[in-house]
Amino acid sequence: MSAETGVMRHAGRRLLGLVPTLLILITIVFFMMRVAPGGPFDAEKALPPDIQANLEARYHLDEPLIQQYFRYLGQVLRFDFGPSFQYRDWTVNELIAQGFPVSLTIGGLALVLSLLVGVSVGVLAALRQNRPTDYTVMGFAMLGISIPNFVVAPVLILLLAVYAGWLPAGGWEGGWTRLVLPVITLALPVIAYIARLTRGSMIEVLHSNFIRAARAKGLPGRQVIFGYALKPALLPVVSWLGPAAAGLVTGSVVVERIFAIPGLGSYFVQGALNRDYTLVMGVVVFYGFLIIVLNFIVDLLYVWMNPRVRYGEG
Amino acid sequence: MSVRYFAFVLTCVLLAGCGRDEAPGPRARDAVHRQQPVELRMVDGRPAPEVLAGEQVLHRDNGNEPQTLDPHLAQGVPAANILRDLFEGLTAEAPDGAIIPGAAARWNISHDGRVYTFHLRRDGRWSNGDPVTAVDFVEGFRRSADPATASHYAHVLRPIAGATAVLAGAASPDTLGVVALDDYSLQITLVDPTPYFLGLLSHASTYPVHRASVATHGPRYPRPGNLVSNGAFVLTDWQVRSRIELARNPHYHGVDEVILDRVVYYPYEDSGAAVKQYRAGQLHWTWEVPANHFDWLREDYPDELVVSPWLGSYFLGYNLGREPFQHSPELRRALVLAVDRGILTDKVTRFGERPTFNLVPPGIGEYEPPAPEWASWTQQQREEEARRLYEAAGYGPDQPLRIQLRYNTSQNHKKVALAVASMWKQVLGVHTELINEEWKVFLQNRQQRVLTQVFRAGWIGDYADPFTFLEMFRTGHGQNDYGYSDSLYDSLLAQAASERIPARRRRLMVEAERVLLEDQPIIPLYTYVTRRLVDPHLRGWASNVMDHHYSRHMFLLKSEPRP
Amino acid sequence: MAKAEHTADAFEAALTLGDVKGRSPWEDAWHRLLKNRAAVTAAIVMAVMIVAVVVGPWLSPWDMDYTDWDHTASPPSWANGHWFGTDAVGRDILVRTLQGGRISLLVGLVATLVSLVIGVTYGAVAGFYGGAADRLMMRAVDIIYALPFMFFVILLMVVFGRHIILIFVAVGAVNWLDMARIVRGQTLSLKRMEFVEAARACGVQGPDIIRRHIIPNLLGVVMVYVTLTIPQVILVESFLSFLGLGVQEPMSSWGGLVADGAQDMETAPWTLVFPAFFLVVTLYCFNFIGDGLRDALDPKDRL
Repeated sequence: MSAETGVMRHAGRRLLGLVPTLLILITIVFFMMRVAPGGPFDAEKALPPDIQANLEARYHLDEPLIQQYFRYLGQVLRFDFGPSFQYRDWTVNELIAQGFPVSLTIGGLALVLSLLVGVSVGVLAALRQNRPTDYTVMGFAMLGISIPNFVVAPVLILLLAVYAGWLPAGGWEGGWTRLVLPVITLALPVIAYIARLTRGSMIEVLHSNFIRAARAKGLPGRQVIFGYALKPALLPVVSWLGPAAAGLVTGSVVVERIFAIPGLGSYFVQGALNRDYTLVMGVVVFYGFLIIVLNFIVDLLYVWMNPRVRYGEG
Repeated sequence: MSVRYFAFVLTCVLLAGCGRDEAPGPRARDAVHRQQPVELRMVDGRPAPEVLAGEQVLHRDNGNEPQTLDPHLAQGVPAANILRDLFEGLTAEAPDGAIIPGAAARWNISHDGRVYTFHLRRDGRWSNGDPVTAVDFVEGFRRSADPATASHYAHVLRPIAGATAVLAGAASPDTLGVVALDDYSLQITLVDPTPYFLGLLSHASTYPVHRASVATHGPRYPRPGNLVSNGAFVLTDWQVRSRIELARNPHYHGVDEVILDRVVYYPYEDSGAAVKQYRAGQLHWTWEVPANHFDWLREDYPDELVVSPWLGSYFLGYNLGREPFQHSPELRRALVLAVDRGILTDKVTRFGERPTFNLVPPGIGEYEPPAPEWASWTQQQREEEARRLYEAAGYGPDQPLRIQLRYNTSQNHKKVALAVASMWKQVLGVHTELINEEWKVFLQNRQQRVLTQVFRAGWIGDYADPFTFLEMFRTGHGQNDYGYSDSLYDSLLAQAASERIPARRRRLMVEAERVLLEDQPIIPLYTYVTRRLVDPHLRGWASNVMDHHYSRHMFLLKSEPRP
Repeated sequence: MAKAEHTADAFEAALTLGDVKGRSPWEDAWHRLLKNRAAVTAAIVMAVMIVAVVVGPWLSPWDMDYTDWDHTASPPSWANGHWFGTDAVGRDILVRTLQGGRISLLVGLVATLVSLVIGVTYGAVAGFYGGAADRLMMRAVDIIYALPFMFFVILLMVVFGRHIILIFVAVGAVNWLDMARIVRGQTLSLKRMEFVEAARACGVQGPDIIRRHIIPNLLGVVMVYVTLTIPQVILVESFLSFLGLGVQEPMSSWGGLVADGAQDMETAPWTLVFPAFFLVVTLYCFNFIGDGLRDALDPKDRL
């Protein structure tokens, strides 16, 4: 079969995978949340049984579990995630609509920053292989991977916000300056990974026959690197982007907490702790969907960059 | 790869780690060396216009996101703080916590203390201009008590005649003992004379309701634009988990006295993060400050660190329905005595919490909590007695007690649990297994009384009366997670509830607390304090035991010009 | 987690042409590894670290849960015997750091082993049998891959309470996906080798071939994978600790200590610096050893 159709079939399968993936996701999370001890309306002052029953009836929590499960599946098909139990004045759809742009801004900027810095630094290190620049860059990259971001974040806040007073210490409203520290914190480990990936594959490409041939033909070094070597060298980076974007989610839970940013990650953690069944489900389903779509885009990007790619093996 | 590569970065880590100098205090390094405010000058009981800051916007950390801003559904402190600014009950509170007229201009109380007649202000207005009438209050009370509303806090209405039946769903909300005599008069009938009743009327579950808005917007009623309120401020913006913004209500009857233009509430759960924002100049008021930061806060922010007693007790509870504590009052007493509360408050909690052997905290009017005899002993005497009781209960070095101590996730609870466990080990040789549970699990285990042995407990009073603490230990009470049941205690509380003469009522409650302490279902440790940073520019507030702070009393001073 | 997949893909790329042929690949690799001074240094540091962490708590005069009320929040001091200082309730940071190291390393090791066992079995079976079974199994992996992993771990801790065994299982059970993918890729190329063909020709059964011929030849990949997974798992554990879902007090892990210390970094920097130093050095060393192993086992990369 031709490369093109193979690719399209693979990408198509990814999209088809959406349905079973989300179904599994919903099922596992739904029942896990219900197994968890405690309910959404438990409070230090226990509610009188009648009122508790009223509340449960209002949110259909009095129905048999399996019926609730199918009710929920039906809701998801209509893109209705239901009302939040914890933030009772809001529906989960509204909460996601408030939280997602926040997460997207922080995560997207962090990803762009990581790509710009990570790739340039990685290429630099590859070109200076085994020289001091290389060691320094890679040493710091390793450090970026090794230091947890809940250590990096407070240090940055203290130095740049509290002592120097250049940037706000946290919060969301009020201008782009509030983005700087969270984005940097989130990007640091990603920069480190991308730099390592880029360096490795760049070195490999630089030693490949076609680059040697290009050099032998006397093409200028810059043209060889940016015209020929960079694109194939970026392939591993591109294939890593899908999971990387998902990984930014993880990082965002920490960053949102430290910088008091109202993104989706913090909704999830709060929702899980408060047994806000619908909110947890909504966030998880939304993220699952997002990750699948991202992987799909990355697939397409990968093909676009490397038309020779073949799927179905190794 | 080379070893240089490895060594170089390792050195960087080391340097980063060791390069900290500890000489100057954190404050000295803060970029925002906040200017001092000008001296406050009052004219006719109000701050002179020339000392006020140009921008009257208060940035206030509220500790958490409110679950709802519907006053009759609300629970928890964050919601209560905001609702006090949005709404006005029949009564309100002065900065120092004294009860002052709110939506009611005055009231009479019948001779037997059971019938309250309130006369509403004629100029009371909702934020859309509608007049606030007695019917709005009646409907508010009914909505609150109606089981269909499913309010978490409706139980504070229990002193009102008929409330218990309405709450149980046995009677219609119309039967509640609250009636509108005319547009501006309201009569509330109580079951028992309840001396703290006026204080309850500043609680959110007694706020009036603007029926038209609720009918129009349904569950979307508590939102900016939909929420019609009768307080000093109106809700203008709500970004969940980010900020809640209020603006001065132009229809408020006392609008001329409200100086702040806007109040912004922030839901910062991490007090460390809030303190950093305060230091960066983004907040005027933090909800609290981390316990470990006491020393440098006191040193570097002496004028801004505000610590004051709070109406709350921190204690540990025993599960009396389960061994080893069920049949062993000696053992319960031994563990009470073996804790060195001086160390606990001096070295662990740190903020001037007061060690206590009582349930009811000090600061409630004339109530004098009973002092158990061991309260006056030295710690050494207590520990000797503890060892004696411990052995009398059948334990010793060869046969140490093994127990589980449960607490819910929090830095402070963790430290207290560690300290107490360590003291039990050092004094008695008890082996304590610490079990940290997150809130919902902890609550369930506490309420089921199956797994628990010793657990973290404590209570912040809902109103300034010993009853809010004592009633939890009544037989069958919803919060009686201890399984405590004593007929004498129950009857003393019942007598206190119907007692009209304050001094006799107090004596009955003191007696009840004495009975409780004798039976020792709890291990009292200390009484709470509030601890926060407040910008010195912010005035018009005062510390009070309820920790209620109405933004409408507050204002911001302008800064002293730079020299 | 994202990091996990990076290593997975990198290995797949790097090791498809790996060490399986050649005359004595293990010896070659060993020599190459010894020449990598960074990796050797890291290995030595790591060995010292492990000994310290295992033996240290027994040698310390302090118990990890002993509260020294006379020296609460004490800075590092030779005089009072708390060389790394004490925390807010007077517990010795040195012994807690060592004790925390035990937990962190244990979590790293056991969780990695869990993922190893599941991943190798799954990957080897899928790769060896190929065809419809392979497609189905790999589809399953793809699907699970798209699940937000960290959310699951958080949910697990929330639902079942925090128990150290659970941390192992939770982290390990999610990490096996990478291993399965790598192993499957390797198996696919291995099964076309002559010795496998020969075994099959001699009538050896499938499971036996997997056990005797495939798995032993996967050792190289697996070793690299293990050294690079351990630091990731330690990081995940520290992340859970930060969220307040770590091991129970009085036990702690490096992550838990660092998370606590980070709150007091201005007032009691020693509570952060020492555990953080141990944590970072360990992660650093593991990453170096892993890189070194990969370079040693994959001569192509040494150009």
